[in-house]
Amino acid sequence: MTTATEPTAEWTPGAAPLVELEGVSKYYGNVRALEGVSLQARAGEITCVLGDNGAGKSTLIKIISGLHGHDAGSFRIAGEETRLAGPREALDRGIATVYQDLAVVPLMPVWRNFFLGSEPVKGRGPFRRMDVDLMRRTARAELLRMGIDLRDVDQPIGTLSGGERQCVAIARAVYFGAKVLVLDEPTAALGVKQSGVVLKYVAAARDAGLAVVFITHNPHHAHLVGDRFVLLKRGTMAGHHTRDRITLDELTRQMAGGDELEDLRHELERAEPPAPGGPQAVEGEDEERPRP
Amino acid sequence: MSTTTPAAAAVDERLLRTSPLRRVLGRPELGAVVGAVAVLVFFALAADSFLTGAGLSTVLYAASTIGIMAVPVALLMIGGEFDLSAGVLVTSSALVSSMFSYQTTANVWVGVGVSLLVTLAVGAFNGFMLTRTKLPSFIITLGTYLMLIGMNLGFTKLISDTVSTRTIADMDGFSQAKAVFASTLTVGGINFKITILWWLLLIAVASWILLRTRVGNWIFAVGGNETAARAVGVPVAATKTGLYMGVALAAWISGQHLLFSYDVVQSGEGVGNELIYIIAAVIGGCLITGGYGSAVGSAVGALIFGMTSKGIVFAEWNPDWFKFFLGAMLLLATLLNHWVRKRAEATK
Repeated sequence: MTTATEPTAEWTPGAAPLVELEGVSKYYGNVRALEGVSLQARAGEITCVLGDNGAGKSTLIKIISGLHGHDAGSFRIAGEETRLAGPREALDRGIATVYQDLAVVPLMPVWRNFFLGSEPVKGRGPFRRMDVDLMRRTARAELLRMGIDLRDVDQPIGTLSGGERQCVAIARAVYFGAKVLVLDEPTAALGVKQSGVVLKYVAAARDAGLAVVFITHNPHHAHLVGDRFVLLKRGTMAGHHTRDRITLDELTRQMAGGDELEDLRHELERAEPPAPGGPQAVEGEDEERPRP
Repeated sequence: MSTTTPAAAAVDERLLRTSPLRRVLGRPELGAVVGAVAVLVFFALAADSFLTGAGLSTVLYAASTIGIMAVPVALLMIGGEFDLSAGVLVTSSALVSSMFSYQTTANVWVGVGVSLLVTLAVGAFNGFMLTRTKLPSFIITLGTYLMLIGMNLGFTKLISDTVSTRTIADMDGFSQAKAVFASTLTVGGINFKITILWWLLLIAVASWILLRTRVGNWIFAVGGNETAARAVGVPVAATKTGLYMGVALAAWISGQHLLFSYDVVQSGEGVGNELIYIIAAVIGGCLITGGYGSAVGSAVGALIFGMTSKGIVFAEWNPDWFKFFLGAMLLLATLLNHWVRKRAEATK
């Protein structure tokens, strides 16, 4: 009764990871999309999956979120060997996926979006209605917890910035009891500043005790928040590192394919440097514009 | 390049977000209300009899006959779909009711009940075809529209040998049904048609559904972003089918009014009305692409229709200009809506 292996509701260090993939492979006909990929997502940790386009990141997400079954290897949820029947089962077992093209309705207010599909109701018979007060209050409070201070939860979600929308989607997943949060390139379409905002909320989700699987092709973003790094390349694992074992430079080098990047650098260096003054003019065009 | 401090930027954003002007501009009914007031003032000045009790009652009656249908058509449009069969379905509903009663020589309520089932079945058929085939609702309901026109004429000629039904005025239950669907109430010396009550009831129920129930949330969602709605577990097919059956229910009410007002039904009626319902909904602020609008807005749209159609008569003008006016209103309203949506969807 006093052993540390006694299963408890609380996660303890050394317990089985919430999601664990071991040697997982996936084939589409004769195409090898994923081969022998291993990954661990633990509560309170961020596991980054890095890879260039076509590295198999999307396939990996689809397996974890229950859209596809794996063809070989082992997929364990909380130590239990699993084959998910569909996204619904993944959700029921606490795996929430926030896709790049977010599941929000731009013209609907934030609070309606937050609860869409799972609206709380009160009252009976014909007077059964949404608990609007609760919905507004909860949406506001949950967003505040993630650090988004909305004065008006009635504003259409389309008026929020891409980063804020991403954060609403994350907050929604956390509120509806996700234990594992899978984020599909949450910073891909965002500027520098907004990416920072999203990364903050990813860290907030981690601090709330979730296991986060953060898929990205940006090693800078990954290194800022990640605890573990899984590198994918052409469907296979190109490396697995923990935070204390790898530097950003090394991560970038490995992700870009190391030697390939060196070759690229040499190739580009052969070109004549452009006249001074030219490229600098576009600097700062990004998004930091003073507001009138 | 940034010269503003973060705090200043935050204050700036807050001001923009809570501007009361922007809040008012964000209401879907705005264009319609402005238009309605303008039309009211215009005809009040142009026609003396417009602002009298009798004038008002005539306008409200005209508005209610359109409004009863415009309410569910607006809901359907918020859900992202059209129903071109809505106009002739009203006639179909009246014909079924009338001919079933006449042929079975039973109580008219039997016909009224059968008509409800048949009309709802047509709505369910529209919804089923749409959600199963995933074809545009424009095509599906255009098909239903043409089939209904054909059946209205075909069945009526087959059964009655003429293009109109036989009178059912002497049948059991007729006066009762007339009281429910086509009576006149006198309030303060002014006669009001009962359709105005049906209209108000529908507006209230539709607003309740839209703004306060889960189904309302789903209606906005399926029209605003169907994929997203499906992804979070909204029953998209059921919501859309339900909306079509809502249109059918209103078509049944409207059809019974048609029948019990005149006790006979012309089988060719109703063609073209579907566009007027859509116009009322669009003037009332519904986005033609779905996801935005209100039931109250459609009512204001119908009111504009009623005021314009009757106001031109009161002012003793050539009624030919009515359609021109309606078209201009439609364009203005759509432009305004487009502008509102662009503001609402704009990302910083």
